[in-house]
Amino acid sequence: MSALAVQGLDKSFGGLRVTSAVTLSVEPGERRLIIGPNGAGKTTLFNLITGELKPDRGSITLFDQDITRVPSRRRPHLGIARTYQIITLFAGETLLRNVTLSLLGLRALRWNPFVQLARQAAVLDRAREVLASVALDHLADRPLAQTSYGERRRVEIAMALAQHPRVLLLDEPFAGLSVEERRDVLRLVTGIPRDVTIVMIEHDMDVALDFAERISVLHFGQVIVEGTRSEVVEHPRTREIYLGE
Amino acid sequence: MRRLGLAAAFVVLAAVPFFVSSTYYVNVASQILLYAIFALGVNVLVGYAGLVTLGHAGLFGIAAYTAARMLNDGHGHLSVVTGAVTLTLVAAVVFAVLALRGTGLGFVMITVALGQIVWGVAYRWLSITNGDNGITIKGRPSPFGLSLASPAAFYWATLVVFAAALVTMAVFVASPFGASLRGTRDQPRRMNALGYHVWMIRFLAILFSAFWSGVAGILYLYYNQFVSPHAVALTASAEALLMVISGGTGTLLGPVVGAALVVIVKNVASAYIERWNFVLGAIFVAIVVCMPEGLVPGTVRLTRWVAASLRPRPAARVVSPGEEGGR
Repeated sequence: MSALAVQGLDKSFGGLRVTSAVTLSVEPGERRLIIGPNGAGKTTLFNLITGELKPDRGSITLFDQDITRVPSRRRPHLGIARTYQIITLFAGETLLRNVTLSLLGLRALRWNPFVQLARQAAVLDRAREVLASVALDHLADRPLAQTSYGERRRVEIAMALAQHPRVLLLDEPFAGLSVEERRDVLRLVTGIPRDVTIVMIEHDMDVALDFAERISVLHFGQVIVEGTRSEVVEHPRTREIYLGE
Repeated sequence: MRRLGLAAAFVVLAAVPFFVSSTYYVNVASQILLYAIFALGVNVLVGYAGLVTLGHAGLFGIAAYTAARMLNDGHGHLSVVTGAVTLTLVAAVVFAVLALRGTGLGFVMITVALGQIVWGVAYRWLSITNGDNGITIKGRPSPFGLSLASPAAFYWATLVVFAAALVTMAVFVASPFGASLRGTRDQPRRMNALGYHVWMIRFLAILFSAFWSGVAGILYLYYNQFVSPHAVALTASAEALLMVISGGTGTLLGPVVGAALVVIVKNVASAYIERWNFVLGAIFVAIVVCMPEGLVPGTVRLTRWVAASLRPRPAARVVSPGEEGGR
């Protein structure tokens, strides 16, 4: 049983084919890296998996459950969480509120207009625990807008982890980070328990290759190479297309 | 402390008829309160949901017209209020389903169109609305045997409804649903990715907003004992929006202050200045220039700035040459 299986996924925007018969199978607990030049269709693939885009053809299964037609808002409830290439968080809210919103997303409490959120100790305590897990609990009450980019990236990952995902999609989690921040985020990502399957898009090969167990190379919307680190790095198509040799 | 302050404010507001000698100003105070309820309703969408509406006078008017028709058909006040609020909510469902097909400017334009449809019906469907002549009702209700005929009695009744609206709004805003609604305003895509049903959250917010707009519409009818297409015109929607924006969107007291500003300028300034619209316009321009976030948040910001400026700064410590770089 695959944690995540994508079968023959096609997506076009008008006359532009962005993904073409993409097929992937990610095993439970696997660390999968997706690489490819800009415009290869990597983020579009993530958007298809999370349901933000509807595929023209193909299917997506999560632990053998077909989720192709499941609305995107339901997919987090089934165990998919993601981060974005461009951080999209709640800048005016505190870190605690950001994580709280993530926790509420999967709870019926989010519909309740009668109780005070500030008195929901169970949710708030859990949110503080989540922040502590990414070493940001000391900043819990600080507005997100007053934090560094690296801290925001950690908050974003913390928000995804707060939902106890079975499959976590990380879209360029190291983009725009300083060397120190990269080290912090890498430590965070490598510390994620094995019951979470991770699929990551990343351009920083120094960081990403160490992390990945299997790699898929996407080019013009097609998976052209797939295999272990050494298989992919040594593959002539990778060197030709991705490394420019 | 905050609750004590609100209770004190309520007592002061309740005492207004005692220290305002003229019934004219008591009536102005009633208008401020009923428009504040309307603005609070609009603020749910504009401030907390990020959905700018220019059609809410339509919902306000549907409540007023329904109540007027039912009263003239001989229904009791309780059934009138229930019927008017119910029909407003039904209309709000239609508004929401249509308007939520668009976002941003699209949403605004759909609400304008829906508001104009209500205005057109009020203006042209003579057998129901009496057209331009409007509908007059016979009198105000007497809940629990207390007549609301006098300006002071009506003011107190409106104050009670206003307090209920304010408390309900405060609870709503501080609730998990309120937090969810603000989340859909700031990052709808992210909220969707976190498992929220963004459309449904907005839909419910529109119903909640419509409820208070409808309540304000009924109070408007009882206050004027008359309703005409003027109440549902685009200008009425625009005025409500200006109340919210001038007071401060997404704040609890902003719409109340905005409603007070608009009603006072309309009623008081117009008695002295023929072109009072110019005064209102100039005030709005001044607010936008000096306090773009609105009067309430702007005043808070200024107060903090003044407090910070007045606070004594710690004297700079002179570092001796030997101390410098000593670590």
